[in-house]
Amino acid sequence: MTVTKADAPVTTASNEPTGESEPVGSARSERLSALIQQHGALAVLVLVSLVASFSFDSFATGDNVGNMATSSAFLAIVALGMTFVIITGGIDLSVGSLFALGGVLAAWGSRHGTLVALLLPLAVCGLIGVVNGLLVARSRLAPFIVTLAAMLGARGLLLAITDEGADTFLIGKGSFLAELGQGTTLGLGNPVWITLVLFVAGAVVLRRTRFGQHVYAVGGNEDAAALMGAPVARTKILVYTLSGLLAGLAGALNAAWLASGVTILGNGMELEAISAVVIGGTLLTGGLGYVSGSLVGVLLLKVIQNVINQIGSLDSSYQQVVSGAFLAVVVIAQTWLGRRRQLM
Amino acid sequence: MAEATLRTAPLDKTRVLQWLQTYGVYAGVAALLVVNTVITPHFLSAENFRTQAVQVAPVIIVALGMALVIGTEGVDLSVGAVMALAASVTALYLGYGLLPALLVVALFAAGVGLANGALVALVGVQPIVATLALMVGGRGIALVLLPQLEDLRNPALASLGSGDILGIPYLILIAAVLALLVAFVVRRTTFGRQLLAIGDSRPAAQLAGLPVRRVLIIVYVVCALLAAVAGVLATARLQASDPTSLGNLMELSAITAVVVGGTPLTGGRVNIAGTVAGAVLIQLLTATLIKHDLPPSWTQIAQAIVIVAAVYAARGRGKR
Repeated sequence: MTVTKADAPVTTASNEPTGESEPVGSARSERLSALIQQHGALAVLVLVSLVASFSFDSFATGDNVGNMATSSAFLAIVALGMTFVIITGGIDLSVGSLFALGGVLAAWGSRHGTLVALLLPLAVCGLIGVVNGLLVARSRLAPFIVTLAAMLGARGLLLAITDEGADTFLIGKGSFLAELGQGTTLGLGNPVWITLVLFVAGAVVLRRTRFGQHVYAVGGNEDAAALMGAPVARTKILVYTLSGLLAGLAGALNAAWLASGVTILGNGMELEAISAVVIGGTLLTGGLGYVSGSLVGVLLLKVIQNVINQIGSLDSSYQQVVSGAFLAVVVIAQTWLGRRRQLM
Repeated sequence: MAEATLRTAPLDKTRVLQWLQTYGVYAGVAALLVVNTVITPHFLSAENFRTQAVQVAPVIIVALGMALVIGTEGVDLSVGAVMALAASVTALYLGYGLLPALLVVALFAAGVGLANGALVALVGVQPIVATLALMVGGRGIALVLLPQLEDLRNPALASLGSGDILGIPYLILIAAVLALLVAFVVRRTTFGRQLLAIGDSRPAAQLAGLPVRRVLIIVYVVCALLAAVAGVLATARLQASDPTSLGNLMELSAITAVVVGGTPLTGGRVNIAGTVAGAVLIQLLTATLIKHDLPPSWTQIAQAIVIVAAVYAARGRGKR
């Protein structure tokens, strides 16, 4: 059984609606709320894309779509891990640093062969994820603070490896790693295929496995999950590990795509990933969320970015304004929908 | 209770932890002062103390507002963006004189605080998400208003940044006055008591008939206004407005100062003296590492360790 926020007993006192109670609605409007929550972002994505392709000749071209897909891939992989963390009611601020660290480690490791280039970032970023998970689950520290420290620590480690950001490591042309990042299969960039496979796997894990059920249960109501016999601590440790691994992998793929490990990447990426996950319908309070929504959220952010770039007269800083405004609207809508469902 | 802890002889783990929670931050500052006096050349000079204090003043001012927000069991991620916004607006309106410019800055900041507060108090959005939107959007607005770094030549602003009274820079005086004011509000006013009650338990505060929404909104507005003050002061010191990097990661520094200073993230308690000491501790730690030519990477790793240690020590102190 999946425990969602809607049927779990209300325990989050600080989030309890402060408003006066609304009249109890019908099951139909509840379904409608759920539908908007799950697919609202997709509808907006389709709408924005349609308007953009009518407004700009250069939007719906194969090249532009391919570029958007590839540049979305890396953020999407990070957002996938973040989705798991957020469904458990946690948050991972370290992914931006781990993304950069993964890229630099992959580029450095590519001197010693592809295997090292791929395993080193996964090992280091995964280990940092394990430490995050242990501190959150076993020591019961706030996820926000633990991953904040990991964000600083990982960035520090990155600077130490690269001689305070002075060294840049290149990835040789023609290597398997370079092919993985830069090559295309059936007209789509390899990172896009990898992302799609990861998302399908992520959706299956979340929806069809015991671990996935535990993720929802922990986020829905931790105490209830523990009483039900769900391994709360192990689930939390696993989601932070997964988030670290995916951030490292995304960084490694990105480095392969760029042919070098760039130290300044990943700044603010944690916010982009969180925004994408939230826009995609996952509740930050935990217990409810969709992997597919996060993918839609990433695409929506990238399409908005692309549209703003297409409007030549608009400065790129408008992108931040629009993303921020968008996030605010989504969050208000989500809270409102969530409140309605909770009251029913 | 603290005295009793000190008098009893046998050491046990919980007592040590308790002592560390209350006095750890001051002990840390004292230890760094002693260590630096011994190992750092020219540490004990008025010049050095002045530099350190001027550098830490904006962090303290932002951390004061953050402490209030954290006291209500919230968090404000938008403070860095508000600093950048304040810098841009100052630059845009400085032509009309410093005072009118500051007035417009205050209006902008109050708007941001109002938006944050309304999302948290009226809509019921989690504070971290509510302020995330303005963290992303706020810096965007700052960049739209003023896309690049701009030198500001204004004697009034310059004197605000580098002037002093009896050798004490304005920046330090302003930070000190604001710290005393905020401490007074927390300890001695009804508003302060209401704030802590809300942080302790919002449903209970509601049942008790406290004006929960109003207090929450005011807290976020005050936090944004303090961030704007820090932004203006930092701009005055630099004599330039820098919308891209001013206030970057400031939300993290401020949260760190508050947490290291012994204010629990679970709300209901605010330690202003500790917050100031927390900001000073991190400043001294950074300065120590830099003065001994240790690379910036070490500073970040050290800061990460201090944060985890502080939160670990404060574990279980809150209500959960």
